[in-house]
Amino acid sequence: MDTHAHDRRRFLALGAALAAAPVLSACGAGFGGDDDKGDGSAADDVTGSFDWKREQGTTVKALLNKHPYTDALIADLKAFTERTGIKVEYDVFPEDNYFDKLTVDLSSGRASYDVFMLGAYMVWQYGPPGWLEDLGPWMRNSAATGAEWDQADFFPNLLQADQWSLKAGAPLGQGGQYALPWGWETNVVAYNTEVFRKLGLRPAETFDELREIAGVIKDKAPGAGFDGMYGIAVRGSRSWATIHPGFMTMYARNGLHDFTVSGEKLTPAMNTPEAVAFTEDWAGMVKQGGPPSWTSYTWYQCSSDLGAKKAGMLFDADTAAYFQAVKGASPASGKIAFHPGPKGPDGSLATNMWIWSLGMNARSKKKSASWLFLQWATGKDHLRRSAITHSHIDPVRKSVADDAAYKDKMKSLPGFIETFETVVDQTKIQFTPQAQFFDATTSWAAALQEIYGGKNAESVLNGLAGDLADKVD
Amino acid sequence: MRLALRPYVLIVPALLLTCGILYPFGLGLYYTLFDFSASKPQPDMVRFENYQTVFTQDAFWNSAWVTVLYAVGAAAAETFLGVAVALLLHRSSIVGRVLEKILILPLMIAPVIAAIIWKLMLQPSVGVINYLLKPVGLGDVQWTDTPTGALLSSIAVDVWVYTPFVAILALAGLRSLPTSPFEAAAVDGASWWYTFRRLTLPMLWPYVLVAVIFRFMDSLKVFDIIYALTEGGPGDSTVVLQIRAYLEAIRFQRYSFGISYTIVLWAVVYLAAMVLVRHLGKIQRKAAEVAPK
Repeated sequence: MDTHAHDRRRFLALGAALAAAPVLSACGAGFGGDDDKGDGSAADDVTGSFDWKREQGTTVKALLNKHPYTDALIADLKAFTERTGIKVEYDVFPEDNYFDKLTVDLSSGRASYDVFMLGAYMVWQYGPPGWLEDLGPWMRNSAATGAEWDQADFFPNLLQADQWSLKAGAPLGQGGQYALPWGWETNVVAYNTEVFRKLGLRPAETFDELREIAGVIKDKAPGAGFDGMYGIAVRGSRSWATIHPGFMTMYARNGLHDFTVSGEKLTPAMNTPEAVAFTEDWAGMVKQGGPPSWTSYTWYQCSSDLGAKKAGMLFDADTAAYFQAVKGASPASGKIAFHPGPKGPDGSLATNMWIWSLGMNARSKKKSASWLFLQWATGKDHLRRSAITHSHIDPVRKSVADDAAYKDKMKSLPGFIETFETVVDQTKIQFTPQAQFFDATTSWAAALQEIYGGKNAESVLNGLAGDLADKVD
Repeated sequence: MRLALRPYVLIVPALLLTCGILYPFGLGLYYTLFDFSASKPQPDMVRFENYQTVFTQDAFWNSAWVTVLYAVGAAAAETFLGVAVALLLHRSSIVGRVLEKILILPLMIAPVIAAIIWKLMLQPSVGVINYLLKPVGLGDVQWTDTPTGALLSSIAVDVWVYTPFVAILALAGLRSLPTSPFEAAAVDGASWWYTFRRLTLPMLWPYVLVAVIFRFMDSLKVFDIIYALTEGGPGDSTVVLQIRAYLEAIRFQRYSFGISYTIVLWAVVYLAAMVLVRHLGKIQRKAAEVAPK
């Protein structure tokens, strides 16, 4: 059969086919349409001197996730329109549906959204099919990019996290720049100072201490006036999102890897004896001091439990604790402190991160205007305003992190700035970049749940590694 | 319009509708013969390789088993409870009429919303269920943390949402039964149980079986309730075929492979429906024999 006949365009019809299979209807609009993809970047068409007003009168469509960072962006959009004459229309979706919406939209081949929020992990999924515009040429073109944008001002590990060669296992920081860091999160331990003081505890410096403290809080806090309090909130739902915050951070601090890379071959490494031992310990910690109904825990529950004084500690994104710690936000406001968390056996504070990035649809018809928007949204003015007047914390820019007004705002949170400054240089993506990331981490979360449920860790993780070996091959 | 043409014209809407159903379905079937995914946007023909992979995966057989357990459990519980509720409501009274109105409420809630409400109620530390069970010493149940608990909780939510559907159909059936056989049985002094076994149930079966067919087919295709309640966990314990298909096609973007799962599911539902509909015919004939001529 002539396989050329079955190009992506013909798969547009697949959308109709999926009407017969309702669960897939979200794929509906087909999966093709790279007709406008030329050899060169559209950035090359921008010439002359840089001008914010170049695309005056254009409307850019943005897809955004419901998030305090988004609130800060929306609140400041007027400033962008005033500067550029470009209008921004946007849709905001809750996180539970956001990535499905974005995935379906990008895979449809339509250009219904010009710009969107995404995480660096999504670059591994959206990059290889050619859905993301390489922003490198735009960044390098002085006619398209103003000098004040100042690329060197970004924390280098953040900019590198969105840069990839699209080859499985290849390190980040090489190849195309498929998104720009906009807001990020580092994973640390936040704790309730009140319960720590009453029980005479100090933040854990080792993982063994962390497990012990989690157990002590669960056992003793209810009797000390903290009714229903358990030790440590960590995510547990059957989702990729369970693996990347606290678990992957501690995993990396123990010197462990998800895959080993040899040339272009990836070999799952979640079942090495050290990884098995760590995973058992993690599940043990959750059993001993974790939340009830842990297998349904997302960051929302973890964060709100810390705020509601249900959890003594939180090992997750620093922002998840920040949103509970600010004055008036929760019953625990004013009683939440930050700590880098346990070190690895060799003193490592390797930390995994999540970056809310901004990307451009490779099929956008308004790339020049979209680039102006991305440039403004990741620029110093907007990010500084957002950090100081809103909750857009964990700055992606060094100048904002060093800004006196920002530091002044954050100093009311005990340990926040110290913790941020301690881990910022050691925070990077600890996963191996590869397109099957979501399958691998979802299966990993399911394996973690099984181990928590009492199954033998070694056999569960061997099974996981066996399944993944075929998929990433 | 000429009389001879009229039948052909009248059949056009039905023909269009049939094409509208069959064309996309056939196309979906066709595309399962390729290896289309986000990482392979220019697909090759792989013939039946996707199906071969599906059937050789442990994950598929686990999902198939969970799907059957769920569908049988939910449909059986809903039938039993639905018929029981209908029998209770059949006696006409003011209370019965008020209860009928209340009974229909779960059907007015989207199943995904019902699942979220139940997820909160089943939450061990703040959920109302454990709070209510505390006085009898069952206040620490981790409802969805164990494989069995997660499956039973999902079935319970399904039962909560759809039992009224069965009850309403059964009630409609009860009200349409002829009264004379029951009057004759009463004159003969037949017990309630004897009347129920020999008259009510045989004549009611066709109505009940219609409800069973609907509920069983729907339960085989369940997605929303389980996904909102457990996301398929813990482990793979509640990953039914629809969830597996969704993960493959949407989350992991293996489109052809994901559709293969749905086609297999369609075949299962189709076969189950065929068997049940045939059975319905037999039941209807038996019911006609019991009913007075």
